[in-house]
Amino acid sequence: MNNSAHILAKDNDGTPLWTFLREALKPKGKIFTPFNVVSIPIILLGLVIIIIRFAKGIGSVTNLTQEVPWGLWIGFDVVTGVAFAGGAYVITFMVYILNMKKYHSIVRVTVLNGFLAYVFYAGALLLDLGRPWNVINPIIGNSFGVSSVLFLVAWHFLLYMIAQLIEFSPAIAEWLGARRARKILSGMTIAAVIFGITLSTLHQSGLGALYLMAKEKIHPLWYSEFIPILFFVSSIFAGLSMVIFEGSISQKVFYHQINEKHHRAHNGILQGLAKICAIAMFAYFFLQLLVFVHGKRWIFIDSPMGYWYLTELLGFVLLPMMLFFYSYRKQNVFIIKLAAFITMLGIILNRLNVTVIGFRWDAANHYYPSWMEIVVTLTVIFIEIWIFRWIINRLPVLRDAPLWAQQIDSETKK
Amino acid sequence: MRINRMNFLKILGLTGLTITSGKTLNASPDPESQTEFFGILYDSTRCVGCQECEIVCAKAHDLPQNASDDMPVAGVKRNTNENRRSVINAYETKNGEVYAKNQCMHCNQPACASACLTQAMYKTEQGPVIWREDKCMGCRYCMVSCPFDVPKFEYLSPNPKIVKCDMCFDQIESGQLPICVANCPAEALSFGSRRELIAEAHRRIYANPDLYYDQVYGEHEAGGTSFLYLSSVPFAEIGLRTELQKSSYPELTKGFLYSVPSIFVLWPALLLGIFKSTKSNSNIEEEYE
Ligand code: SF4
Ligand code: SF4
Repeated sequence: MNNSAHILAKDNDGTPLWTFLREALKPKGKIFTPFNVVSIPIILLGLVIIIIRFAKGIGSVTNLTQEVPWGLWIGFDVVTGVAFAGGAYVITFMVYILNMKKYHSIVRVTVLNGFLAYVFYAGALLLDLGRPWNVINPIIGNSFGVSSVLFLVAWHFLLYMIAQLIEFSPAIAEWLGARRARKILSGMTIAAVIFGITLSTLHQSGLGALYLMAKEKIHPLWYSEFIPILFFVSSIFAGLSMVIFEGSISQKVFYHQINEKHHRAHNGILQGLAKICAIAMFAYFFLQLLVFVHGKRWIFIDSPMGYWYLTELLGFVLLPMMLFFYSYRKQNVFIIKLAAFITMLGIILNRLNVTVIGFRWDAANHYYPSWMEIVVTLTVIFIEIWIFRWIINRLPVLRDAPLWAQQIDSETKK
Repeated sequence: MRINRMNFLKILGLTGLTITSGKTLNASPDPESQTEFFGILYDSTRCVGCQECEIVCAKAHDLPQNASDDMPVAGVKRNTNENRRSVINAYETKNGEVYAKNQCMHCNQPACASACLTQAMYKTEQGPVIWREDKCMGCRYCMVSCPFDVPKFEYLSPNPKIVKCDMCFDQIESGQLPICVANCPAEALSFGSRRELIAEAHRRIYANPDLYYDQVYGEHEAGGTSFLYLSSVPFAEIGLRTELQKSSYPELTKGFLYSVPSIFVLWPALLLGIFKSTKSNSNIEEEYE
């Protein structure tokens, strides 16, 4: 403790710790931006709802039923949110394992995004737990339910958050000016990356495996023993689409932090990502076809759920896939962004179809999320964006690392 | 950037935990190697729909009593919920009105227990599947997984419980009958070892083939259950789920869980290999395209 404070004070160019912290906590930029005006009231309302939820029980704010025990908070916040956070493992795989230098400039922001997504969306799980004080049971080991998929997923969330924190930590060290810490932390990156990719493979598919036992409860067009594989493959382009989407916004909002070279490189990065998305979606679509044939699903097609299924697969997988291929050929950035956006809608559709819409589709009174569930979901998203912005404005995430760090890097390269 | 071998191995070691999870999959006792499970046989041909089992069950477990007009009526499905663990329903069939009890089936390999990440849902060696308050974190994954939709949740409580029949586990442990069995005036419920009950059920069918539908519900459903049914009509007509698979539900996740340890060994090795090879044949820093 003492030691690290000492390093901090010394490395941080002599600024006393408390001045540093005060500076860091000060808001930067205008207060009354459109985003703030919309998000602040919603966040406040959401916090009130969360208080009610803990005082009066989950049923007082949600529409969950005895037949549909998992609703929007699990189906959207956790299952969909984690799919979108998949960009982090794909990009780290490309940059650190495949050594594709081109994407290096977006690693940090993607990992940060992934990390925050896990903290908040997986954290939203706590809101959904009826008895959250017992959440330590499966962690400290006084009750390991090792045959449970949820046990595996929960542990992987936890470990993956740590791995991502390690991957991101050099940025924190640079911000604090902690040179020695940065050196140690950078040395751990590859191990964390390898570990993180392994964990991601397992829990992205694990989220699908959660629903394997609900065999008769999920509409047969969405249930199959292959849900885990489908979830894993789709997490690749779900994550990358999120990277494209988030990158396009960050390019505008945080324009001044990004240096010229990276601005120019951005379109090239988007095109590369579009190509990977297109290929992954092709594999996914093909898998879906196999599952379709294997499960003899055509008997279900001529029904409202069947049309819904076709809408998802043709409108939100096949169409954006072709757009990605097309945009790559034509080098058209607008179409890439459009395709990414449609893909993201498709992922939301798919995850909700498995977890909410197709779950107990035949129940007499169907589950619809209450407005309060939606507000809480928005609250979680908005708080995440606030924190994201706070970090981007302070840490070297989009902007270049401090000079001393760059020097060290170029020395080790030689 | 240099790979730190020690760190890597250390982190890999951490996951030993998850690796072992693949090996100790059988949370539920193997039906073959254990002492015999207890069970309950419900013979709907004997049941008179008096609701005595409901009443004594509620009393024994501190649950509210039904309203006096809350009786089984054909065509109206009464469900178990957070206030009652067991219900009797009436069904109009070709044999007239038939009653059927509804509660936890106490599966041989329960989906709920294999789903539970804290082992709060637990298959006891005696057969009853019980819920343990001090372990449960209220995730409701048991409810998602149970093919019979049995576990119910107290949605309106800040300290919610999972509510379901536990076959009066405490009674059984002290050598007594489950409350419902002990109080049934029509002897529609019998308690005993599962094997004996199945034999008894088949004996009844054999002795009275005109009275019974020739199957014992629960003998094979969902891999076999400790709660067994006899009926005069096909089971679908008395509200039992006949579309369920005959193998156990935890079976459905085994393939996935068994693949976990191998991925944990193969993936890092593979990734490390690729990392080494791409690193050695790449130039220092290329310019962007
Ligand atoms: S019927 Fe449901 S709650 Fe009862 S033991 Fe089987 S899986 Fe568990
Ligand atoms: S709600 Fe409780 S009993 Fe059910 S799976 Fe979760 S922790 Fe286990």
